[in-house]
Amino acid sequence: MTITFRTETFRDDFTFRNSPAGIRRFPFPFHEDGYMYSVNIEPHRPGAPGSVFEHGFDVDEHYVAEMADRALVLAEDPLRCQALPHMDLASWDYLELVMTTKARDYPELFTLETDGDRWHWTNRPLGIDDRFTFGVTSTLPCPPLEYIGRQTQGDHCLLDQRDNNLWMDAGMVTTQADWSLDFDIGMNFFEWHAPVPLAHEMGVFQRAIKFLTSIPQGQPSRRLNWTLTVNPRLDTSPENYPKWGPDKLTVTPDTIGEKMHLRVELQTFWRLPRSNALVFPIRCYLLRFDDLVTIPKWARRMHRVIRDLPPELVTYKGMSRYHPMLVEWLAAHDDGAPTSPGIFPD
Amino acid sequence: MSSTARALAVTVADVIEVTPLVKRFEFVSTDGAPLPPFSGGAHVVVELPDGDHLRRNPYSLMSSPRDLSRYAISVRRDDGGRGGSRYLHEQVVPGMAMTISAPVNLFALDLRARKHLMIAGGIGITPFIAQIHQLSGGGAPFELHYKARSAPLAAYMDDLAARHPGAVHACCSDRGEDLDLDTLLTTQPLGTHLYVCGPERLIAGVTARAAALGWPARHVHVEHFAAPPPGLPFAVRLAASNLSITVRGEQSLLEAIEEAGVDAPYLCRGGACGQCETAVVACDGTLHHHDHWLTDAQRETGDRIMPCVSRFTGRLLTLDR
Amino acid sequence: MIEPTILSRPTYGTLEPRPGRAHLLIADDAGSAAIVDLFARAPADFHESATILSVTKDLSGDEAAALHRLSPATLTACPDMPAMLNTLAGLLAEAGMGVQIYLAGTEPLIGQAMRVVIEAGIDHSAIATEHRGSLARRVQCVHCKGFMDEVTTQPVTCAHCGLSLFVRDHYSRRLAAFQGVCINAEDQSEIVPAEEVFR
Repeated sequence: MTITFRTETFRDDFTFRNSPAGIRRFPFPFHEDGYMYSVNIEPHRPGAPGSVFEHGFDVDEHYVAEMADRALVLAEDPLRCQALPHMDLASWDYLELVMTTKARDYPELFTLETDGDRWHWTNRPLGIDDRFTFGVTSTLPCPPLEYIGRQTQGDHCLLDQRDNNLWMDAGMVTTQADWSLDFDIGMNFFEWHAPVPLAHEMGVFQRAIKFLTSIPQGQPSRRLNWTLTVNPRLDTSPENYPKWGPDKLTVTPDTIGEKMHLRVELQTFWRLPRSNALVFPIRCYLLRFDDLVTIPKWARRMHRVIRDLPPELVTYKGMSRYHPMLVEWLAAHDDGAPTSPGIFPD
Repeated sequence: MSSTARALAVTVADVIEVTPLVKRFEFVSTDGAPLPPFSGGAHVVVELPDGDHLRRNPYSLMSSPRDLSRYAISVRRDDGGRGGSRYLHEQVVPGMAMTISAPVNLFALDLRARKHLMIAGGIGITPFIAQIHQLSGGGAPFELHYKARSAPLAAYMDDLAARHPGAVHACCSDRGEDLDLDTLLTTQPLGTHLYVCGPERLIAGVTARAAALGWPARHVHVEHFAAPPPGLPFAVRLAASNLSITVRGEQSLLEAIEEAGVDAPYLCRGGACGQCETAVVACDGTLHHHDHWLTDAQRETGDRIMPCVSRFTGRLLTLDR
Repeated sequence: MIEPTILSRPTYGTLEPRPGRAHLLIADDAGSAAIVDLFARAPADFHESATILSVTKDLSGDEAAALHRLSPATLTACPDMPAMLNTLAGLLAEAGMGVQIYLAGTEPLIGQAMRVVIEAGIDHSAIATEHRGSLARRVQCVHCKGFMDEVTTQPVTCAHCGLSLFVRDHYSRRLAAFQGVCINAEDQSEIVPAEEVFR
């Protein structure tokens, strides 16, 4: 399979588009006609060829453009990538996981040659060819988490495991749904999820932590999370809220189809064997509403989910301003027919 | 949702007598590939197919986390136990194919520590050997105090002392030596983390003194190596699987469940990690809890059991499994 | 009394004497009474192993005098927060495991002292705290990253970038601050009047 990397932007003129194949492989997050929190974690096993679940770290047509957008974010705000001092080993652990996995799954794009601690990494899409000593930061152009984070789609959080809890002690976070690594770094699992409504009372996080702290190496898990974003903007950080907040005023019945995007996070969880930390990659996929409704099953279901969303979640997911307008727009694409179970198109 | 580490096919590369009671077993991966990386303090679960009885015993890895060409464990022979260590000592020879689990770490170093203070008792030395290998590559300083009955029985003492002069301290009771715990615990720099692995009495004694001397609980880390104790056979009803089984005297409840072909999660098999926690549906008799997981209040209610180490006496125990 | 809201919002207890050979107590003027109360509950020889570090507006005021009457082994009064935090870091560099840390006073005092203790290698859960005094908050503007001490209004105008900030209950121990997020980022023509709420 060869991937044609798109030249596109996630800011200013927003030239981001999904190809027809990109639309069909989008990880639609709703397996039924409604949504409520659940600990919807499943094994991150290789999925159907061509799907976003085929490989441990999905590389798609947006790879090169997303990495260029990340570079722009980091140039303005270096605090988007940070590691507390005790997370150096976990950072190397993660670099190893990404390099070995990608080199195995995409040999035409990535190559890793190792001779003991002497490693040679080639990343053809980004034109990188580096030799370094594994575990020795001074042999890389930047610290290991930043190095591999600049070459891997999605945000990456390294969670230290202590006292039956997980601690957000390092991360590369530039494509986030409105949370700040710089503020949250050092917090435990319950603290960084503190602002999420309803889920604490439902015991979702208590059940999740028990599962996550016992994830064994080599057996990653995954779940999907979602929100809505106006314009295909990756960097919806709290830091830049004054830049993307006003976008919400541009939503009208005439612009919804073009401007409104379903934003899905493919969250995976991996044990890092050398440090016993956990890595939590959060991969963001965007799908324009105009493109979403080309899949009849998704069009019907999206309407029913948004229409029936609890008010707390309407607020938390930032759609209070235009929720009624959205429901009305989506209703026009729902013929009332039943939908089949599961997330994939019919 | 629960977890069990995946299986690795290995071959016994070497069996070395370390002391009259301790043997070291070295494993290489059967397909010749490097073994998975691990962190100091991790254990593997070794499958011991002794006749028609399959035991799975956890042992700490003691080899260097930076050498993935082989794993090493050290096993102290315990003739009063259920027979796992005896099987290893008597039956396992170089060239044998064995199955072990991927490493799991329930006794990891706290890498925030400014200093690591380690106290080992007897065969409890093994996780520290891997941790010391890990720290030797850089990181905070460590200090190891190793209690043993006698120097000849103190496995790896000479080697550790020679490689880390000044950082490794022996304490042999036959020489009349005892650990001056109060001095040790009151002379550590701020930011020190304390690790204890060894017999239950040592762990209880050290943790109690540390608490009395004002050590924060989160700076004290322990590894219990509770082996499942043998006992009397007992009858169990597995309600969810609709099966009735008998747990033999030298078998653990978890092993009996596995023998019946019922999938049951686990990580530590030592009553510490909580993975195998199972709901008790009915209990016509007495539960004997041997784990470190359930709280006193949970034991009081009697509505759950850790089948990896705990047992039962009475007419019938019914589990939600 | 500070009520729990969300799980990242710190809550505080009541200082009680703890086992340990050395006791390091830190207070601002509001917190000095909590130290006095703690001593009243402590064993008679508690003062012999106690070091008190205070930040006070008036080095010869009532609060300083009350702490002096406790006869701690060491009593250091600092005229401002940076001086106190520097002194604290110096004391911790000399301290060993087993020292008990007690923080009493306003949230900015507790939070900033706690940060120094954590940086010295002590887990935050081991630090005893008691809130006394005002509810004024230390706030970080998530946009310009500037800090403001003693924030009492909701919303508050960022002293650095001028944005109108909603002060969340979301709190960072590492920054010793609550998070301030632009309250009208979507429509800056919406002006939300400030109310004095953190008193």
